[in-house]
Amino acid sequence: MTSTKPSVSTEPASADSASAALHVGTSDPLTLIMRNLRQSGIYIAFVVIVALFAFLTDGVLLSPGNITNIVLQYSYILVLAIGMVILIIAGHIDLSVGSIVALTGAVSAVLVIQHGQPWWVGVLAAVAVGIAVGAWHGFWVAYVGMPAFIVTLAGMLLFRGLTMQVLDNVSLSPFPADYQKVASGFLNGLLGGQGYDAFTLLIAAIAVAGYAVSVFRTRLARIRYEQPVESFPLFVARVLVVAAIVMYFAWQLAHARGLPIVLIILAVLVIAYGLMTKSTVFGRQVYAIGGNLSAAMLSGVKVRKVNFWIFVNMGFLAGVAGVIYSSRSNGAQPAAGNMFELDAIAAAFIGGAAVAGGVGTVVGAMVGGLIMAVMSNGMQLMGVDQSTQSIVKGLVLLLAVAFDIYNKRRAGATR
Amino acid sequence: MNEVLLEMRGITKTFPGVKALEDVSLAVRRGEIHAICGENGAGKSTLMKVLSGVYPSGSYDGGISFDGRPVHFTGIRDSEAVGIVIIHQELALVPYLSIAENIFLGNERRGRGGLIDWNRANAEARELLTSVGLDENPVSPVIQLGVGKQQLVEIAKALSKDVRLLILDEPTAALNDVDSAHLLDLLRRLRDRGITCIMISHKLSEITAIADSTTVIRDGRTVETLDMTSGEVTQERIIRGMVGRDLESFYPVRDSDPGPEVLRIEDWTVWHPVQPRKVVDGANLSVRAGEVVGIAGLMGAGRTELAMSVFGRSYGRNISGRLYLHGKQVRARTVAEAISSGIAYATEDRKRYGLNLIADVRANVSAAALGKLARAGWVNGNEEIKVAERGRREMNIKTRTVLDTVGTLSGGNQQKVVLSKWLFTDPDVLILDEPTRGIDVGAKFEIYTIINRLVAEGKAVIVISSELPELLGMCDRIYALSAGRITGELPVAGATQEELMALMTKEKELAG
Repeated sequence: MTSTKPSVSTEPASADSASAALHVGTSDPLTLIMRNLRQSGIYIAFVVIVALFAFLTDGVLLSPGNITNIVLQYSYILVLAIGMVILIIAGHIDLSVGSIVALTGAVSAVLVIQHGQPWWVGVLAAVAVGIAVGAWHGFWVAYVGMPAFIVTLAGMLLFRGLTMQVLDNVSLSPFPADYQKVASGFLNGLLGGQGYDAFTLLIAAIAVAGYAVSVFRTRLARIRYEQPVESFPLFVARVLVVAAIVMYFAWQLAHARGLPIVLIILAVLVIAYGLMTKSTVFGRQVYAIGGNLSAAMLSGVKVRKVNFWIFVNMGFLAGVAGVIYSSRSNGAQPAAGNMFELDAIAAAFIGGAAVAGGVGTVVGAMVGGLIMAVMSNGMQLMGVDQSTQSIVKGLVLLLAVAFDIYNKRRAGATR
Repeated sequence: MNEVLLEMRGITKTFPGVKALEDVSLAVRRGEIHAICGENGAGKSTLMKVLSGVYPSGSYDGGISFDGRPVHFTGIRDSEAVGIVIIHQELALVPYLSIAENIFLGNERRGRGGLIDWNRANAEARELLTSVGLDENPVSPVIQLGVGKQQLVEIAKALSKDVRLLILDEPTAALNDVDSAHLLDLLRRLRDRGITCIMISHKLSEITAIADSTTVIRDGRTVETLDMTSGEVTQERIIRGMVGRDLESFYPVRDSDPGPEVLRIEDWTVWHPVQPRKVVDGANLSVRAGEVVGIAGLMGAGRTELAMSVFGRSYGRNISGRLYLHGKQVRARTVAEAISSGIAYATEDRKRYGLNLIADVRANVSAAALGKLARAGWVNGNEEIKVAERGRREMNIKTRTVLDTVGTLSGGNQQKVVLSKWLFTDPDVLILDEPTRGIDVGAKFEIYTIINRLVAEGKAVIVISSELPELLGMCDRIYALSAGRITGELPVAGATQEELMALMTKEKELAG
């Protein structure tokens, strides 16, 4: 038997402090916001930017038609940003996604336009090519051990060149109507309605209900585990705010052209990847690798495997984005997707991802992408010329990362 | 000789919400070696940052006078200008630059037209190296030197700046005994040359051996300054000042009652990952349930390499030999296989290899066995927090919540997070590599107590340590390792440091 000495005999006391810690600042929204400043800063910035441009454009920004437009215009960047933020969390990057978007779109166009294949053959082929390209990158990064920056820089040139060869250096268009529907189709009129689309509202209502049920179940589980939860009124308020935003958004869409198919694709991807990164073993290992590669290795994380699959995943999402983009632009061009990688990377960083890896969220990247989308769209509506838009976007990226570094330094200074 | 060179009076430094230093006073006499002791977080580093100007004059209360004159430093350059040079625990050398380039970095020897006069620089560097007793070519890159020699280069660099007060922060923390002894010798010689030295250290044996005075700091206050020249101040006396109470013993008592054998390796040989040499050569070792087995060896003897190669072949190549767990031969070829077969390895360098410092306590505790918390790949986040809370309670990890970032914890608490992480994998054998490196006396005692608890629960523990008293105080048996070979096995009863040291250096003499 061990005869232990004083230091560990304080167990009852530390158990007390543990239960006290469970309830620290739980129903104080301000504390919650301050504690997650890095994340909530983005949401606040987003709201401010939306409000600013809504004001500057006399409300046109939030008009039904324009909201639809923003969704359609930036959907493929958002899809790319999902894959990109996962790579950035793991400490990698992908400079080639623009080229992959072009290549996958081109393959699809050749099959559907030149060879008269049905639309779904084009879609599947594009996604398959995307996955193959991702596996190619994954092989070099994970198994050969090259830096992703170099591998994907090479990929950027390589797949741009392949795109040109596949297309024989000419643009292909137009796609048949079926294919165009992917990016420009709407689900509307299924239930009718007077000047609005009841179906859109129904889907939104189902989504809100699903959200409410899921957060309530989470809350119950936390209570069962004696975890801190918000006070009930605050909880209800949060659900109501989310419901109000979603329903407002749906209401606007319903008064325009209905529910864009792209939005459904995007929503499914965001929810799936949001959950994947947050609460699967695989997702958590991505964070572990980015946070400390050696520690992850010595904790039994199969680093190569994880690295390989997140590149495959990036390829898959780039294939999806390639389909959406080719469908939206109704054709395939040799120069398609140029600079998309930079927009996706910017979205991830504005959304709070850290340059050194280990930090970032899918939802953050989406908000980051939307901040850029709203700014571009707002400035276009105001008639600001391209050059100024570029300057403003550049400064926003710079400030977002500066904020991130400032935050980190502040966190470091408390030690 | 007894004239005061440096005097800090009533230093109070507050950070938002924390009083790091309160009314601290320090007087260092000219030409002495002055040790500063205190537990981690006592305020030693903060005090040195105040002194060197990292925290500029005005950001703290109190006064500093150097050489009889009041000084107000606003940055490191100011303090270096009067001859105060600080050498940090983490060495600040540029690995791919040469020794000479490092010595004169920021202080280059200019020749005609503003170009660097390399002949002069290398010649001066050679002189400086001689004066610190380092026989190396000044043009060879620093990365080729071991930590001990790099430390000497740092001192040479300080000498090149006409140092009058040299501050060393944990100078021997990363050094083996031979290098440490060498360094302490050098400090004595520098003292004879009239260089005053402040040394921050956890190694009380070194302090009692070398220091002329010792100032003890606790909780941001000066406790006392002890005159060491009489030779009457013991380590126990210093510890009493540091922790504010007597520790009955460094090492908690444990009744040894080993059970059946848990792990055994036979003829274990490991090659260096790139160089054509063996780092572990035909090692045989076993450990039983409820037993603590120590591995003693000098730095470079292959201790960590042995442990890591057993732990899923995470080090080395061409690993040969047999590994038995509970009498059955196993082949743990990856870390994941090693973990699932019941081996855990807590690294000697927790910041680099042990922890994800930017993640929270919870994620670190679950990192090595996340699968246990998951069903079909989905992690139960609530269960995870429960597990982390349990670790926090059992290990007495001092943190507000388990959602606090690990990087903000003190060394001792970080080490407890590492232990929680490995205990959650439910291992049969725990290999602890330098489990108490860089943590303070109080936390060390807690770690020892935890080890004893684990052993009482029937785990087998292997402890690798550079501190021989620690091995003698904690283990049942000790293996001595020298140049990759196991040169002896001693039951702890009756074993002495001298015996162990003889075994640890045995092979070297044979080879050399």
